[in-house]
Amino acid sequence: MKARVFVTLKPSVFDPQGHTIAEALHTLGYGDVGDVRQGKYFELELNVPTAAEAEKLAATVADRVLANPVIESYRIELSDTAGGPR
Amino acid sequence: MTFAVVVFPGSNCDHDAQYALEHVLGHTARFVWHKEPSLGDADVVILPGGFSHGDYLRTGAIARFSPVMAAVQTFADAGGPVLGICNGFQILLECGLLPGAMLRNRDLRFHCEMVRLRVERTDTPFTRACTTGQQLRIPIAHGEGNYYAPPDVIAGLEAAGRVVFRYVDERGEATDAGNPNGSIDNIAGICNPARNVVGLMPHPERACQAVVGSADGRVIFESVVQALADRGAVAGAR
Repeated sequence: MKARVFVTLKPSVFDPQGHTIAEALHTLGYGDVGDVRQGKYFELELNVPTAAEAEKLAATVADRVLANPVIESYRIELSDTAGGPR
Repeated sequence: MTFAVVVFPGSNCDHDAQYALEHVLGHTARFVWHKEPSLGDADVVILPGGFSHGDYLRTGAIARFSPVMAAVQTFADAGGPVLGICNGFQILLECGLLPGAMLRNRDLRFHCEMVRLRVERTDTPFTRACTTGQQLRIPIAHGEGNYYAPPDVIAGLEAAGRVVFRYVDERGEATDAGNPNGSIDNIAGICNPARNVVGLMPHPERACQAVVGSADGRVIFESVVQALADRGAVAGAR
């Protein structure tokens, strides 16, 4: 089982990196790009038999390590190891 | 007086701290490797600056799980004085001994420069030899020192007098011009509710001799020596 974990700054937290990227895009003429938020992406290989356990394990490590709950939130996507989203 | 200076892989101000404590101030400073389960006979614990574990994931995020941090937690819970400097402050935030988190500096630049700090509180072991409102010239060197906490946490810190240091301008006021990194309310340092754990982004250990540009940092270390001497005198009198 594989889990993809997407960690981003909470909407209430200013993202200076995302803001700078958005400004650069506007300078390049991509005026249709609105706000940009930068985040982190993790791929976890999880050696557990069921999707429920995979989800739980991924959430546990995201809460404890991958994301800082003070400033960040996360989203998990599961897929089987054969590839492709379930 | 024995100081424990905790060394993580990537710490780079550990020797600055040891130099200031031993060679300038005349105390004993022992390095404690992050895998050690104990702090030995330390009277004070210093978490020094640097880039522990390469700042991978988030600043301080990996270091907080080092074996020595359990001992630091126990030491802090027992009232022992703990000072986190720069990356040490970031580690204290990650492990929850202090509230909040650090964001990238608002201009995305790494700032290595002398700043002006105002001492807001003298009722911590690391500021008791200061006077309230005293200004200190101490350098910063960080890319992620933009202190953030949710509004209710900031309000709680302010109400409880737990903001220990603020960045100020040349007139001593906490203005935007005096704020090098975008920290909320110009916060440069805070303490825990019991006031024995203090974290700050500036580097007092780099400002202990006039020859390096400022000796204003000495008062931070002299404060804790005085605090412990007073505590010892009280204990001895019992």
